[in-house]
Amino acid sequence: METKGIVICGVGGQGSLLASKLLGKVLVNEGYDIKVSEVHGMSQRGGSVITYVRYGDKVYSPVVQSGEADFVISFEKIEAARYAHLLKKGGIIITNTQRIDPMPVIIGAAEYPDGVLDELTAKGVQIEALDALALAEQAGSAKAVNIVLMGQLAKHFHIAYDKWIAAIEQTVKPKFIDLNKKAFELGYNYSK
Amino acid sequence: MKELMIGNAAVARGLYEAGVEVISSYPGTPSTEITEFAATYDDIYCEWAPNEKVAMEAAFGASLRGVRSACAMKHVGLNVAADPLFTLSYTGVTGGLVVCVADDPGMHSSQNEQDSRHYAIAAKVPMLEPADSAECKEFAKLAFDISEQFDTPCLLRMCTRIAHAQSVVELGERTVPEKKPYEKNPQKFIMAPANAIRRHPFVEERTKKLTEYAETSPVNRVEMGDTRIGIIATGACYQYCKEVFGEGASILKIGMVNPLPVQKIKDFAASVEKLYVVEELDGVIESHCNNIGVKVIGKELFGPLGEFSQKSIAQAFGLPVKETVTADTQIPVRPPVMCSGCPHRGMFYVLSKNKITVLGDIGCYTLGSAAPLTALDSTLCMGASISGLHGFAKAAQGEADHNTVCVIGDSTFMHSGMTGLANIAYNGSKATVIILDNSITGMTGHQQNPTTGYNIKGDPATKINLEALCHSLGINRVRVVDPYNLEETEKAVKEELAADEASVIISRRPCVLLKYVKPRKPVMVDPDKCKSCKRCMKLGCPSIRIKDGKANIDTTLCVGCGVCEQLCPFDAIGHEEQTMAELPPAQCVAQ
Ligand SMILES: Cc1ncc(C[n+]2csc(CCOP(=O)(O)OP(=O)(O)O)c2C)c(N)n1
Ligand code: SF4
Ligand code: SF4
Repeated sequence: METKGIVICGVGGQGSLLASKLLGKVLVNEGYDIKVSEVHGMSQRGGSVITYVRYGDKVYSPVVQSGEADFVISFEKIEAARYAHLLKKGGIIITNTQRIDPMPVIIGAAEYPDGVLDELTAKGVQIEALDALALAEQAGSAKAVNIVLMGQLAKHFHIAYDKWIAAIEQTVKPKFIDLNKKAFELGYNYSK
Repeated sequence: MKELMIGNAAVARGLYEAGVEVISSYPGTPSTEITEFAATYDDIYCEWAPNEKVAMEAAFGASLRGVRSACAMKHVGLNVAADPLFTLSYTGVTGGLVVCVADDPGMHSSQNEQDSRHYAIAAKVPMLEPADSAECKEFAKLAFDISEQFDTPCLLRMCTRIAHAQSVVELGERTVPEKKPYEKNPQKFIMAPANAIRRHPFVEERTKKLTEYAETSPVNRVEMGDTRIGIIATGACYQYCKEVFGEGASILKIGMVNPLPVQKIKDFAASVEKLYVVEELDGVIESHCNNIGVKVIGKELFGPLGEFSQKSIAQAFGLPVKETVTADTQIPVRPPVMCSGCPHRGMFYVLSKNKITVLGDIGCYTLGSAAPLTALDSTLCMGASISGLHGFAKAAQGEADHNTVCVIGDSTFMHSGMTGLANIAYNGSKATVIILDNSITGMTGHQQNPTTGYNIKGDPATKINLEALCHSLGINRVRVVDPYNLEETEKAVKEELAADEASVIISRRPCVLLKYVKPRKPVMVDPDKCKSCKRCMKLGCPSIRIKDGKANIDTTLCVGCGVCEQLCPFDAIGHEEQTMAELPPAQCVAQ
């Protein structure tokens, strides 16, 4: 099979690490070869962060390049647009609708481009936008945004629901399993 | 058992399986996790040294005593440790010694893009370069065998995309080689001229033997495909080329980047029509090919800058790249910023407000160079703030004494700031040095250091007293301030700048991300009192934003440090029930 790419992006500190861990687990359990690439360091301090996940029969490069991603999963609205060029034709953007102002916006040097996702939709990009923060809070913790987004990914993905649940059980600490299952379910069942 | 591991964790696993007993390192992205993961194995003694030179020398001592040892550092760290490396090449080892060094093409988190392969060539030591996590583990083990077989330290070169990419690793068992008894051997280990003169021919001979090894070792392997295109590649570049060409090109994958084989390259060149060298940063393999009379295409096509990828390589070969959609709307950049409540912020606000020239250093506080604080004038390398300020002050002949300071973090001060301070005292400049003591090595992800009172395992350790240290380095004026208290901080800066002698201000408050630092209640803005003067916005705290024309605080991010509260002239910002007096004292550093 052709190697597939998934991009997970957001703002440093939003917890994208658990999302890529869960996704990695699901894919490894399915027997795929996989590579996950993230850059540590400066990115932690509220900067823009990105993780690449690639899977297939044999994966060489650890990075996803323009037009190669089947999914772009974003924890923040404009980060989805920042990395939209990575999406392949027919790919899907799954994004949290949360807005986090970057410093140039905070200090008034730039505008927050609120309408950018509409522009991408108008250009024919499929975007699934959801208030993952609200759903996470409904599940019991604002920190579960990552799992809500993974739930929504699962809805559009070829791997069965049960296998995701099994991977959650293998990935998160026992006392958080129920909360994360709930968050996953809410993300999975969300539709506009 | 198979596991998905980042390259650095796989290196740590390789060190473990190879039976390494002592690891001494200094943190630096993208090398840090090697030592952090190694420290999770109880069988290995691991430590954070104050700097890379100390780390490498500790590894040398362990090797001398007969055990396998290692150290890890980022590329610029090898500049600091270059001194021991060059002579270690002459002494060789007793127990195997492996030096892991991580380059950062693309400068994701570094101040330059230097290529550490030059060190292997200059110091005449072997260097291996893995291309995925499985190789990280295997090469770490092989490096010890090479080290012991050829009596040399062995370098293991990592790059960001290998160090921080996860791929599958098969785990093995740990085997510890028998400890060699200690024997005094002055001819080998006392590198005074008489002995060193005899060791130099050994080094040259060793390079010949290593080159023979490179000719036949499976670490340099040929993968024949279409012979119209031949490619020599290493590390991540090998992966990018495979991604682009698959079987559509023949590849000589180099796993040992120094010394490079000669015959193997010549044979490969003869078996393909056109030969390319795909290597990030400098044309090291390309130069080697030129030297041995093999014609290659390299830097003229790919250039020396930044990280490559399957896309950049496809483009260089004139192959089509994938279609994509982008937004026309401008997306504002999102640079990293100091955290909400970062203790560095108060000091930078004071320096910025008083328009003071600030020679900076490397750490989280380098982020103080960004708007709106724009508080820094320079950042060169670790330690250069203090030594640089001395030279700046001397050149200014008194004109900088009352308007110029330097800032340096606690970890950086221990790394290479102390000697600069000694120079200030000894050669008498009237410099004002500010140590930003947040009780941690923040930038690289919170490692302990000699000023924090804890070791790498989090166990209590001797805590170096910065005040006493500065005093004994010859500085009479040493004072401690709490950067959360702007009035006190401003007073200290003004008084020390006015003083007619050198001084040190220790700006002390722990990093807010430390577990023992409990955030206080967030502050709030009373919209009726806020007059939209935007003075609080001068701090660049990511929790403060403007909503409907008034300042507004994101209470999910604010840690209640109270600094913005002190700036508001209309008393519009405040804690509901806490006051400044309830702040824990500045000395609340964990004991
Ligand atoms: C020679 C060298 N080694 C390591 C690094 C990586 N590095 C960058 S900043 C830093 C230390 C920062 O700690 P500290 O000075 O305490 O400041 P903080 O980040 O905590 O504010 C390190 C280790 C480097 N840039 N140069
Ligand atoms: S990690 Fe600590 S020192 Fe670094 S910016 Fe955040 S609060 Fe400041
Ligand atoms: S108190 Fe003010 S300066 Fe401190 S974290 Fe909260 S908003 Fe930022």
